[in-house]
Amino acid sequence: MAMKKRKSSILERKKEVLESLEKFGSDIYGQMDSGQFPSISMPSRSTENINYDADLRQFILGDRTVKRSARNIRHVKPFTQLTWAAMFSNELASQRKTSTLRDVYYSAQAYEMTFTDQQESNNIITDLETVLGYSREDFNIFPEERSAVFGNLVIEYTVPGYEGRTMDLTSHPDGVMIGPALTSSEFVKTTADKVIAIEKGGLFTRFVEENVHKKYNALLVLTAGQAPRATRQFIRRLNQELKLPVYIFTDGDPWGMHIAMVIISGSANAAHLRELTTPDAKWSGVWATDIVNYKLPTDPLDEMDMKRLYELQKDPRYQEDKLMQREIKTFMKNKRKAEQEAFSRYGLTYIVDEYLPAKLEETKRK
Amino acid sequence: MAQTTFEEISAADFFYRNRDIAGFTNPSRAIFAAVRELVENSLDAAESAKILPDIYVRLSYEGEASQETQIYKLRVEDNGIGIQPKHVPSAFGQVLFGSKYKLKQQRGTFGLGGKMAILYGQITTHQPAYITSSTGLAKIYSYKLMIDIQKNRPLILDRRVLINKRQWRGTVVEFTLEGDYFRAMPKLLDYFKQTAMVNPYANLTFVDPKGRLYKFARGIKDMPDPPKETRPHPYGVDVELLQRLIQITPYNNMHEFLRNHFHRIGDITAQKFLDFSALSPSKNPKRLSHEEIVRLMHNLKKFKDFLPPDASCLSPLGEDLLKAGIIKELKPEFAVVHQRKPATYAGHPFIVEVGIAYGGEVPKRGTFVIYRFANRIPLLYDEASDISVRVITAMNWRRYRVQPDMPIAILVHICSTKVPYKTVGKEFISDRPEVRKEIANGLREVARQVQHFMSKREHVDRERKRLGVFSKYLPRIAQFSTKLAGKDKPPDIERLLKSVKQFGDEETEE
Repeated sequence: MAMKKRKSSILERKKEVLESLEKFGSDIYGQMDSGQFPSISMPSRSTENINYDADLRQFILGDRTVKRSARNIRHVKPFTQLTWAAMFSNELASQRKTSTLRDVYYSAQAYEMTFTDQQESNNIITDLETVLGYSREDFNIFPEERSAVFGNLVIEYTVPGYEGRTMDLTSHPDGVMIGPALTSSEFVKTTADKVIAIEKGGLFTRFVEENVHKKYNALLVLTAGQAPRATRQFIRRLNQELKLPVYIFTDGDPWGMHIAMVIISGSANAAHLRELTTPDAKWSGVWATDIVNYKLPTDPLDEMDMKRLYELQKDPRYQEDKLMQREIKTFMKNKRKAEQEAFSRYGLTYIVDEYLPAKLEETKRK
Repeated sequence: MAQTTFEEISAADFFYRNRDIAGFTNPSRAIFAAVRELVENSLDAAESAKILPDIYVRLSYEGEASQETQIYKLRVEDNGIGIQPKHVPSAFGQVLFGSKYKLKQQRGTFGLGGKMAILYGQITTHQPAYITSSTGLAKIYSYKLMIDIQKNRPLILDRRVLINKRQWRGTVVEFTLEGDYFRAMPKLLDYFKQTAMVNPYANLTFVDPKGRLYKFARGIKDMPDPPKETRPHPYGVDVELLQRLIQITPYNNMHEFLRNHFHRIGDITAQKFLDFSALSPSKNPKRLSHEEIVRLMHNLKKFKDFLPPDASCLSPLGEDLLKAGIIKELKPEFAVVHQRKPATYAGHPFIVEVGIAYGGEVPKRGTFVIYRFANRIPLLYDEASDISVRVITAMNWRRYRVQPDMPIAILVHICSTKVPYKTVGKEFISDRPEVRKEIANGLREVARQVQHFMSKREHVDRERKRLGVFSKYLPRIAQFSTKLAGKDKPPDIERLLKSVKQFGDEETEE
């Protein structure tokens, strides 16, 4: 399947980001030039202003806004930091260079804009995300990378020095890191008809070895625990641009369940952002009911696990999801959990040969 | 009391034996005390005629005396009223001679200081003293004299009369003494500095044995009015004073005696008092027995109808002069002064003046710098025992936004016809409730002003900081947004900066 028509989506988005940064600068410039103290408004990120939107199936910010004004003695410093962060992002994005939150913290010092601590500089970047509605990855500010992708997908780089070069994501058996270069690539073609996201590296490697990508015609994504935002955005693109259904495999415990939920519905911390969620993605296992049905070796749920279950039960993201609700109850009833590796009691390939097809079939119908 | 034995042994002899009580305790104290006594006599001599004092003090090294002490020559020159030639020998060669028995505020009290210094010099070096003086008339009189200690009499060794061509007026005293200048130096310099502080209208010059010149120049030409002489107030008399008055009185009846020798006793009050104490108005005071004198003293204290003493005999520095002195010597960022209304203790009128200076050359010591004065004399020793220090220590300074680590100097000046010193050494004021109350009230008053100043300063600081924040960040916002917007030149932020500034200026105005 070729996707030539979408070729420019990444570059377009880059352009939009740059435009929004420039507009931000122009607004401030204009206000100052006309003798006004510059100010900006943005949605409040306080807990009271974070609401769950059942239609979007993610958290969003409410109507409450906060105003930052350079007239206010307490705001003028963060306002300056925000303007600096926008300028810094603009330089990164226009020069196609990437950096990290840590870089941001140190770079500020070159402008005598020293942040008190990392938290302060992180907050400013989040403010910038909130004001502009783009995530920091759009500004080329990336977290440490640890997730990867493997499978039959050809991508075309847009990063400087690699423009136009393509790569087949089966070319390296450890998978390809989902970093700035990959997330800014265009999708050229794929033969896959589904995406399988996997929590743990060991299982990801097993799936590659067992040719899951061929047997089940799937792209394999390693989330490496809680999926980073770049990875969540990447999964969304696979789902939206390539129309591939997404199946998520995690450990059979409340934490694994929630890894799936964050891919599906996002997090409260990212309530100010869109396009990080994949609402149609499915949690395929390991379910609490699987633990019973497959007679898996288990560990007892500890106090922390139980507490987490009660929290998730009340979490708005779980309210409409009958499957999740059922699984939470089952966990609570059995008070047992199992890791993905528990299937190894039936042999190393059991999970690929028996469990995986059964679950893909089962969740496809849902 | 010491005075009661004057007639039996020579006063000079008495002080020779008890020189500690006059402050000549050790070689360094002796230098200090000698300079101080002569300088204070000189100040009095000038001020009594409202002459702006010019005082020159030179201490020169003459030789070794012992391992730790040296012989110095002390010379003190003034432009005071001068001394009548016939009084010169007694004024400098006879202990307890002097004009200081009448009651008015004066620096010395016993007519002791200058002579004590000369006596000390004579005892330690066996050298005569040289006194030169003129009242500004045709002649200058110069004496070379020693004190006959046993007889308490001056021995005139030489006397010269010079023609006063230039109408010079003043007194020069020169004599040698043993002492330890280098130990005395810090206190002596403190003494000059503090003297300059409460005598801002005086020129003080000091040349030390190394030839170093210390000059404390006159800062203001106003002088306080000289104190008026007053008669003793009945509440303040003691048996000794009564006996003295009886000896000298020309009056031969009690009515006249009371009316003419005491403050606040007129015809009617005299009559009332004599009725009260059942004394005949016609009784000759010289006929009073010792018991009657004692009873008279008690009755004078008991009688309720005397008006309190008036304060015209006092010569406080006044708020303007005090402030000028503080500013001259400490160059503070801020100074407040306050003069209390006259008050009395035990029949003696007194006035308390206080001041607080902040910043400038006020040293930062971690504790307040306290300057104590009595009748314009700095008190430099025994600070911890002084009433002012106790009052200052007991005050809750935090209420006034004042911390001990701030550069703060507190000044307390008490002037009185009889300063309530605790000792003859005249180094600290004793704890009298009336005095304590005046000092405390005075300090509260200036502390309130300091509080006001401090909060204003905090406000100015805040404003300055506020301005600093804006002038730091606004240009950067301009710079960053210019770059973001892709403009060539930054927006004009002068108007913005000006608007913050104007606001700031308004806020900091008086």
